Amino acid sequence: MKTFIRKRAVASGLSLIGLIVLVFFLSRLTGDPTSLYLPVDASLESREQFREIHGLNDPILVQFFHYARDVLSLDFGDSIRKARPALQVVLEAFSWTLTLAAVTMLLVTVAAIIFGALAASRVGGVFDRIATFFSLIGASAPDFWIAIVAIVFFSVYLGWVPTSGTGTVWHWILPVAVLFIRPFGLILQVVRGSMISSLSSAYVKTARAKGVGPRPIIFVHALRNAMLPVITVIGDQAAGMLNGAVVVETIFGFPGVGKLMIDSILQRDFAVVLASIMVTAMAIFIMNLLIDLSYAVLDPRIRY
Amino acid sequence: MTDHLLEVRNLSVEFHTAGGRVKAVQDVSWHLDRGEVLAILGESGSGKSVSASAVMDLIDCPPGKITAGQILFEGRDLLQMDSNERREINGKRIAMIFQDPLSALNPVYRVGWQIEETMTIHGTPRAEARAETLELLGRVGIPDPATAVQKYPHQFSGGQRQRLMVAMALALRPDILIADEPTTALDVTVQAQILSLLEVLQKETGMGLLLITHDLGVVAETADRVVVMNGGRIVEQGTALEVYRNPKHAYTRDLIASAPGKGAMSGGVAKEGAEFLKVRGLGKKYGAFEALKDANFELMPGECLAIVGESGSGKSTLAKTLLRLEEPTAGTAFYKGRDLFAMSPKELFAIRREIQMVFQDPTQSLNPRMSAYELISEAWAIHRDILPKDRWRARVAELLDQVGLAPEHADRFPHQFSGGQRQRIAIARALALEPEIIICDEAVSALDVQVQAQVIDLLADLQKRLGLAYLFIAHDLPLVRDFADRVIVMQGGRIVEQGTVREIFDNPQETYTRNLLAASLDPDPEVQAARRAARDLASA
Repeated sequence: MKTFIRKRAVASGLSLIGLIVLVFFLSRLTGDPTSLYLPVDASLESREQFREIHGLNDPILVQFFHYARDVLSLDFGDSIRKARPALQVVLEAFSWTLTLAAVTMLLVTVAAIIFGALAASRVGGVFDRIATFFSLIGASAPDFWIAIVAIVFFSVYLGWVPTSGTGTVWHWILPVAVLFIRPFGLILQVVRGSMISSLSSAYVKTARAKGVGPRPIIFVHALRNAMLPVITVIGDQAAGMLNGAVVVETIFGFPGVGKLMIDSILQRDFAVVLASIMVTAMAIFIMNLLIDLSYAVLDPRIRY
Repeated sequence: MTDHLLEVRNLSVEFHTAGGRVKAVQDVSWHLDRGEVLAILGESGSGKSVSASAVMDLIDCPPGKITAGQILFEGRDLLQMDSNERREINGKRIAMIFQDPLSALNPVYRVGWQIEETMTIHGTPRAEARAETLELLGRVGIPDPATAVQKYPHQFSGGQRQRLMVAMALALRPDILIADEPTTALDVTVQAQILSLLEVLQKETGMGLLLITHDLGVVAETADRVVVMNGGRIVEQGTALEVYRNPKHAYTRDLIASAPGKGAMSGGVAKEGAEFLKVRGLGKKYGAFEALKDANFELMPGECLAIVGESGSGKSTLAKTLLRLEEPTAGTAFYKGRDLFAMSPKELFAIRREIQMVFQDPTQSLNPRMSAYELISEAWAIHRDILPKDRWRARVAELLDQVGLAPEHADRFPHQFSGGQRQRIAIARALALEPEIIICDEAVSALDVQVQAQVIDLLADLQKRLGLAYLFIAHDLPLVRDFADRVIVMQGGRIVEQGTVREIFDNPQETYTRNLLAASLDPDPEVQAARRAARDLASA
C-alpha cells in the first residue's frame, strides 16, 4: 500500500513538472501583458520599467529558470493584477470552490445512490421510469441555461434567494442546485446500471435463499459490489468541479478558482494562472489517490 | 394422501421474454421426505432448477409467472404465503446452495459475517451466531476456523468455498437442503469430498436433500429417488436403481446410453514413422510460480493424446506454450522435427495453421457479430495461399456438412445456434486451415451429455477420415477413457504418469492417478454402491 502511494506520488510529480513547462511556455505565447496594464499613452520608459520589474525582459529560458526555482520553494510570484502573492490569491479562491464542490458532490452522491438503487430494484417500475426520465434530462441539460432560468425564476420572479454573491446560506442554494443536476443524472444512471447487474448476481440469490429482506439485499449485499464503477464516475465529476465550475461561478458571481482562472488568462496574469493550475492539479492528484484507495476499501480483492 | 415434508403439485411456471411466453415447467409434481435424497436430473434448459427456485421464492415475477400448482411445506401452501412468511422459512427451514460457490458468496464481505448473517436475520444474537459459526466451519472441514472467518471468499479454494456455502446453509439446521448442481464447478476429487460431506451431514441431521444435477454419476452416488426432466416436463421418476436399470421413457434411455465410460479402451496407436510433436523438459514459470515443470511426451500422427488433471495442474499452460500463446521458460518442442520455440515469426505464422485449437466455451470463443460463414472463412483471409476467394462459399458449405450442419446455416450468427452446434462451428473453423493437430481444451465439457457424445463422435470420425492428431485436454475421465489413445496425468504442473488408456485405467501406477480414478463417478447406482461399501470398509 505504501509503495503504491509512493509510486503514484512520483508519477504525479512528473506530470506536474510537465504541466509547469507546458503552461509556462504556452502562456508566454499569448503575448506581453504590459500593454494590458499600462495606459495606452504610457511612455516607453514606464513600459520598460514595468517589463524590468516583472522580469519580462530576460530571455524566456532565464525567465523559466527563475520561475522553476521559485516554485520549488512554493513561491509562485506575485499577481500583477492584485499585487499580492499569487498562491495566496489562488488558495482563497480555491477554498470557495472546494467548499462548493464538496457540498454539491456529497449531496449528489447520497441522492444518486439512493435513487439509483431504488430504481434498479424494480426495473421498469413507475419509480424507475420517473428516475430515468429526470436523470436523462438532468444529464443532458446545459448548465448555463438552467442557471439563468433559475435566477430569473427563483431570484427575480419569486424573490426567494439572492441572484449572486456569497454572503449567507441562501446565496449557496442556487449554485449548488444548478451544479447538482448534471452529475446527479449521470451518477444515478451509473448506479442504476451497476445495481441491476449486481442484483441479478448469484450472491444476491444466496442472500434471498437465506431469508434476507429486500432492503438489506439492496443496500448491504448488492450496493457495495456495485460501487466500483460509481466511484470512478464520482471522481471524474468531482475533478471537473474542482477545476472550477467556470460557467456557474461566473453567472452567480461566485469567487471560485474557475472564475479566477478565466479572469487571469484574459488579463495575462501569468503567475495566478500557473498557481491555479498547480493547485487544482494537486487537488485532483490527491482525489484520484483517495479514489484508488477507496476501491481497496470497498473490494477486498483489490490490493496494491 | 400422506403428508410429505415438501410436495410440489402440478406446478407450471412461465417466463415472459422478448420472444414471447416460454413455458419453463409444466405440470411438475414431486415430493421429498425427511432423511431422503431426491435428485432432479436434466440437461440445461430442461427446467430442472425452476421448481426449486419456486420453493425458495427466487422466481422474479415479472418476468416469471406461476400459472398453476401448489407447493406444500408441512401441508401449508408456500405460494399462498406473503413474502415475510416466505423469508421466515428461507434459510431457517429450507436452505439452498448453488453451483458456483465463488459467485454465490458475496465477494466483498468476510465469510464469517456471511455465515453469521443467516442466523442473525432469523433472530440469533450476534455473539451466539459467532460461536456457532466457528463450530460449523469445523464441522464442514475448514481448517483453522478462527482465522477462516476473517477471510474473504476469494482467499479459499473452490472446494472450501462450497464447504462454506454448506456451513451457511446448515447454520439453522434446516429440514430441507436444496443443492443446485453443487459440484459441477469442482474437480472430481473435490466433488467426492463435498458429496460425502453432504451425506454425512444429512445422516446427522435427518434433513431431506434435494439435489439438482445433470450428472448421472452424482445421481448414482447419492440419490434414493430420481425425477428425470426434459423440456419442462417430468418424463420419468422412480428409485435411482430402477430408473437406471429399466428406463421407461425414450429420453431417459438415450441419456443413459450417451453416458461415456462404457466403450472399448484403446491400447494406443502403433508407433510408426516420425512423431508429430516431441516435447522435452518443457517448463513455464510465472514469476516464482512454476505452472509447468519438465514435461516430456510425444504425439504420434493420428493419435489422440489426452491430458487429464484437476484445475491448476498445468494442462492449459501446456497447451498455450505449445501454441506459443505463452512463451515457455524451459525446454524444447519439435513439430515434425522443427523446433517450435526457435522459429522466426514468419515460420511460426506458417506453422500456426497446422496446429489449431478448439476452446471450452464456444459462446465466448466465437465472435457474436460474425456469421458462421465469416467465422470459418476468416482463416483463409489470414492465410491467403490456402484457397482463392471465389471458392470460399463452396468450401464453407463443405466444412459445415462435414461437422454435421447444413450449408444454409452459413449466414446465421452464433446466437442462432445451440451450444453443441456452436462447438461444431468452432471445429469447422479449426478444420478450415487443414491442420495436422487440433488441441481441444475442455472442448466438450460445457455441453450436455447427449450433445457431448455427438461432438465426440464427430471428432473421432474426423480423426479417422483426415488422420488428425488430438491433444485432448479434459477433466472428465470416462470421456477420456472412450475417446483417447494415450493419457498424460498431470498434477501441480508435473506429469505424474503417462501410458495408453488401457494401462492407465486398468493398472494405474501412481497414487494420484488411483485417487483420481476412484473419485470419478459411475452412472450405475450399483457400481457406486459397491464402491461406497469398499470405501467404508477401507476407512473402518
